[in-house]
Amino acid sequence: MPNSTLNNAVEMDKETQIRPYTMNFGPQHPAAHGVLRLVLEMDGEIVERADPHIGLLHRGTEKLIEYKTYMQALPYFDRLDYVCPMNQEHAFALATEKLLGITVPERGQYIRVLFCELGRILSHILNITTFALDVGAITPALWGFEEREKGMEFYDRACGARLHANYFRPGGVSQDIPDGLLDDMMAWTETFPETLGDLDTLLSDNRIFKQRTVDIGTVSKEDALDLGFTGPMLRGSGVAWDLRKSQPYDVYDKMEFDVPVGKTGDCYARYLIRMEEMRQSLKIMQQCIRNMPKGAVKVDDYKISPPPRVEMKRSMEAMIHHFKLFSEGYHVPAGETYTAVEAPKGEFGVYLISDGTNRPYRCRVRAPGFYHLAALDSMSRGHMLADAVTVIGSMDIVFGEIDR
Amino acid sequence: MSNSVEQSLIDLAQYIKSYTELSVQDYAVVKGELSIETTRDGVHKLLVFLRDDQRCLFKQLTDVCGVDYLDREERFEVVYHLVSLVHNVRLRIKLSTDENTPVPTVSDVYSSANWAEREVWDMYGVMFSDHPDHRRILTDYGFDGHPQRKDFPLTGYVELRYDEDEKRVVYEPVKLTQDYRVFDNLSPWEGGANTPLPGDEKSSVRPHAPENGYVPSNPIDGVEGAK
Repeated sequence: MPNSTLNNAVEMDKETQIRPYTMNFGPQHPAAHGVLRLVLEMDGEIVERADPHIGLLHRGTEKLIEYKTYMQALPYFDRLDYVCPMNQEHAFALATEKLLGITVPERGQYIRVLFCELGRILSHILNITTFALDVGAITPALWGFEEREKGMEFYDRACGARLHANYFRPGGVSQDIPDGLLDDMMAWTETFPETLGDLDTLLSDNRIFKQRTVDIGTVSKEDALDLGFTGPMLRGSGVAWDLRKSQPYDVYDKMEFDVPVGKTGDCYARYLIRMEEMRQSLKIMQQCIRNMPKGAVKVDDYKISPPPRVEMKRSMEAMIHHFKLFSEGYHVPAGETYTAVEAPKGEFGVYLISDGTNRPYRCRVRAPGFYHLAALDSMSRGHMLADAVTVIGSMDIVFGEIDR
Repeated sequence: MSNSVEQSLIDLAQYIKSYTELSVQDYAVVKGELSIETTRDGVHKLLVFLRDDQRCLFKQLTDVCGVDYLDREERFEVVYHLVSLVHNVRLRIKLSTDENTPVPTVSDVYSSANWAEREVWDMYGVMFSDHPDHRRILTDYGFDGHPQRKDFPLTGYVELRYDEDEKRVVYEPVKLTQDYRVFDNLSPWEGGANTPLPGDEKSSVRPHAPENGYVPSNPIDGVEGAK
């Protein structure tokens, strides 16, 4: 064989060898669900390595909280997972209450559970519909967001804000819910299943949706635990673990509901779990509305919760309490606690260290999405690029809480 | 929290402590939460034990975080939160370290430690030896410093803006038109007569200040975050 032909063959070999291709995904991409920058090493269309670059929404929440009184720190929690603000507030309120050693009146607890479950539905609607959007279905988003808007109206009526509620406070909730709200919420819990059924018919047996989600991003039981998965991500892999059942807080121990657990650990299982969790949340909401007692919604201690406005106009003492609460705040006894709630996305924990002053010494926020996104590399490896999008969609990530 | 729960936590702590090779320094049960103190050298072995031992089975590492105690000799504390699903128990493990001594990574014991330790490194500058991916995670590319240290000012050192002339984002030292103000609002009637308050330094250091050419200093000078 002539030498030149051999050389040619070698060069052809070099030419046809595909070099791993590095692709930049995001930070502005509709499927990135926020400001995720993903550096993907691709072999053709197969993902070889996914390296998420996060922190583009980092606002230093934990640092800021160290400079705020406990009451001023609470609104930061609305801005973490802004899809279900009250669930995060709940974790901080419970942690502070634990250090203060106070118990919330029963009506306050019922209201909190009621709005937490509403938050869960709001979060799951957003996730399922945008997830469907990622894999090519537009209609669920159009239908789901109408219901989501109705849910946020209830937020609005309870606290005056659709998103950044600042409603749950250490010691209860900031104010009682207005008359008629419970009836309207009850009416909504009866009509919402219809929309849920519509979503179900659009997606659950949809051939395209199943082709895109079944057997994609499968995580085994052991891996799910090892990777720090919580919430629907963990239950999708077949681990029956829900903090509302295993470590109940507020009045969850009085509620009757089931915890759906998946079998396959793939994106489809996680979708199914979120659908069923919405139905269970409706059940809890109805129980809350039916059994809600009358009475106070926050602790009757003006050293912690502000006195009513009327009293402030008449009583000097109430006036002083009010002034002190909103300038100095209250002092929390020295100590530390890790308190977690079952947020829609998983275990949302607050590790609060108090040094006895009016500000937290340290407030660590344990966000479920942070650990879920950390697993993106192992979950998307070997999948196609489009499947990486599916995996991100099924993780239910919100950058407010991941970047903090 | 009922006594039986606390007792079972104490039993568990004593059981763990009975393994002397695990270098458990101390334990405490406060408000129904068990925390164990260990050392840098012992943490890896301890976590492997806690994960695999039948009475523990802490299969999940919930969180790793740092805490900065400026006045301590070893200023940083690294805190691990574990949960055992089988026994429905939570556990907190603490160890202390300083800026220069690395903590052995536990990301080979629990994968979830990988990003969590990166965050501790980013925020506090605690190093982790043998970490597979020891990069910053939340701060900007090329960021200098560790923002959650107590001696890092709240306003930071650098600000960035879009420069119309250069047509790009430029980084500049922080310029505040007004000093960042921190009010601690601690009232004099809480905590006794000896509580130092902002402004106290004026009277005690120079009682007859005005005659001595006293210039009123900014009361928040020296308060963290004022720059």
